[in-house]
Amino acid sequence: MSDDDIVIRVDNVSKRFRLYHELNRSLKATVFRQGRAKYEEFWALQNVSFEVPRGTTYGLIGQNGSGKSTLLKCIAKILRPDGGTITVDGKISALLELGAGFHPELSGRDNVFLNAAILGLSEKDVKKSFDNIVEFAGLEQFIDTPVKNYSSGMYVRLGFSVAINVDPDILLVDEVLAVGDETFQRKCSEKFAQFRAEGKTVVLVSHGMGSMRMLCTEVALLEHGRMLTKGEPDDVIQEYLGDVVEERDPDGEFGQRWGSGEATIESVEFFANGKPVGSHANCGDRLVARLHLRANERLNHPVVGVVVTTMEGVHVNGTNTRLGSVDLGIVEPGQFTIDWEVPRLDILRGVYLLSVAVTDETTLGHYDYRQRSFPFTVEIGDALFEEGVMTLRSSWSVIDV
Amino acid sequence: MSNTTLTEIVHSTDLIKNLTLRELRGKYRSSVLGWLWSLLNPLSTILTYWFVFGLILQLPATVGTETGLDNFPVYLMCGLFPWAFFSSCVNGSMGVIVGNAALIKKVYFPRAVLPLSYVLSILVNFCIEMTVLIVLLALFGVNALVVLPWLLILMIMLVIFTLGISMAVSVLNAYLRDLQHLIGSVLLQVMFYLNPIVYRITDVPQNVNLLGFSVPLRAIYLKNPMARFVMAFRRVLYDGAAPPLKDFAFLGAASVASIVLGWMLFSRLEWRMAEEL
Repeated sequence: MSDDDIVIRVDNVSKRFRLYHELNRSLKATVFRQGRAKYEEFWALQNVSFEVPRGTTYGLIGQNGSGKSTLLKCIAKILRPDGGTITVDGKISALLELGAGFHPELSGRDNVFLNAAILGLSEKDVKKSFDNIVEFAGLEQFIDTPVKNYSSGMYVRLGFSVAINVDPDILLVDEVLAVGDETFQRKCSEKFAQFRAEGKTVVLVSHGMGSMRMLCTEVALLEHGRMLTKGEPDDVIQEYLGDVVEERDPDGEFGQRWGSGEATIESVEFFANGKPVGSHANCGDRLVARLHLRANERLNHPVVGVVVTTMEGVHVNGTNTRLGSVDLGIVEPGQFTIDWEVPRLDILRGVYLLSVAVTDETTLGHYDYRQRSFPFTVEIGDALFEEGVMTLRSSWSVIDV
Repeated sequence: MSNTTLTEIVHSTDLIKNLTLRELRGKYRSSVLGWLWSLLNPLSTILTYWFVFGLILQLPATVGTETGLDNFPVYLMCGLFPWAFFSSCVNGSMGVIVGNAALIKKVYFPRAVLPLSYVLSILVNFCIEMTVLIVLLALFGVNALVVLPWLLILMIMLVIFTLGISMAVSVLNAYLRDLQHLIGSVLLQVMFYLNPIVYRITDVPQNVNLLGFSVPLRAIYLKNPMARFVMAFRRVLYDGAAPPLKDFAFLGAASVASIVLGWMLFSRLEWRMAEEL
């Protein structure tokens, strides 16, 4: 790839933070301690390198504290790296916080001009896109009201609208796409798609693995400030999810396996709406978990069961072939495959763990039990922003107002 | 990444304009009298000082050499307005970095526009005050328009001098919050009395005897750029005369030194700003 096609080049970048033990920046502290307050050094980024080709969408994933937001701020020039260099070719707009710099006493109109100027837009350009900005935010009626009277939703909408209309070459996005109501969400997604279609470059930080998989052309995984891997979204996300399960399992409770060995659980494949999906599905999908099993000897009416739990250990559902009135009969030695089908996946977005067991007829003798061994993620799907573990497919109607 | 460069500042004129307007609009929004306050504030200060120093202590004003003026309140204004500009800028600039912490941590823009736009917003007030003063002088039969070029040159130099110091204190205060109290409550108060604003420079003795040493007090006074600014403004407005060329040279040099040092300090310290806040 020629040099011209790289818009962001992050070369061996390190960033150190100082953690002060006490928030004491007074003169007294300076004089008495002969220098500034004591601090510990902490490397938020260590020797991170990657290149973002023009027109691609690049994802940064990693757990909280892995340094992905720090990296984004370094690219946005908000922080300066302590080592390495970052070269950026083009105008950047960073969606790190929406409406940063709004003045509460000023009207929406004044704040649009102010905010756009902060984001680097000339006054001429703001005037040109002013109507678009206001219309996109859906605030035509309120544009001359001081923003202190805005609801938080209106505030964020106006902030997003300004930021997205700055017309940057490179957009840095940190988890802000999930703002506003459904209509605004859709408008954002459309704008975002249009942006990508125009061949502009996006760097995205998110926890939503589904959207990352869908949007990104390349994904980099950060852990404790280091670049762990980068590459194809599917591979990197798979690795990340594996890590997440390990990380949250200090007692070794996840992924435990036991059993007498008459049968073994070899692997699990997931299908959503009939298509193989790695390990993610959307809420509302028809989900199939295909269990690849092996009988090591002749099995007499074995029972196959699954349990779904959340990462926090909440039991979502447990069932088995006997409860489903399926009798496997006599299973001869060799491989066999069972499908567990959920006609409509009504659990909400999150990471879930599937346990799989093969037992004898009584379900008390475990041939093979793989506890919480198969993580899968559920994305927002059609349930949007409901809270909790599952959607009740509820609806509202107004009887009398 | 690179520090703020001059080109970036030049390209940020729209931002500077908007931030200045934000300061100005934000200040008087939600107040009944609004913009009138920028006139009422200096007026009340003048009345207070005139009452205390003119009426009670009966401090004399000089007689204007070219204008023949002999009026203590006018004498006071000629020195007080430039000082008030300097003092408000320095005092307010200490808050601009800390006060915009949320912005600095979330958006990149050349940080130097913050003290710059603050100084400009105070400059708007200063210009209003100067206009009022010129009108007032006209009422006393003095045509200040003949000294307007001198006045403008002085104002430009004062803005540059003040901007340098404002940039320095704005960034230093982000690292050492004591400055706000040290400069705001102590230093600026003391400096007010250490400048020949309510008294004349001729009231300052050439030499004073301090602990057995002879201290050349007047000479020390004349080393203070703000004292020289006060005297120069007064010479132009109250006396109606051009300041000596060597005064211009001194003030010009002080302004250049201030802006260069302020700029250097600012660019040295600005890059870790987002972490310090």
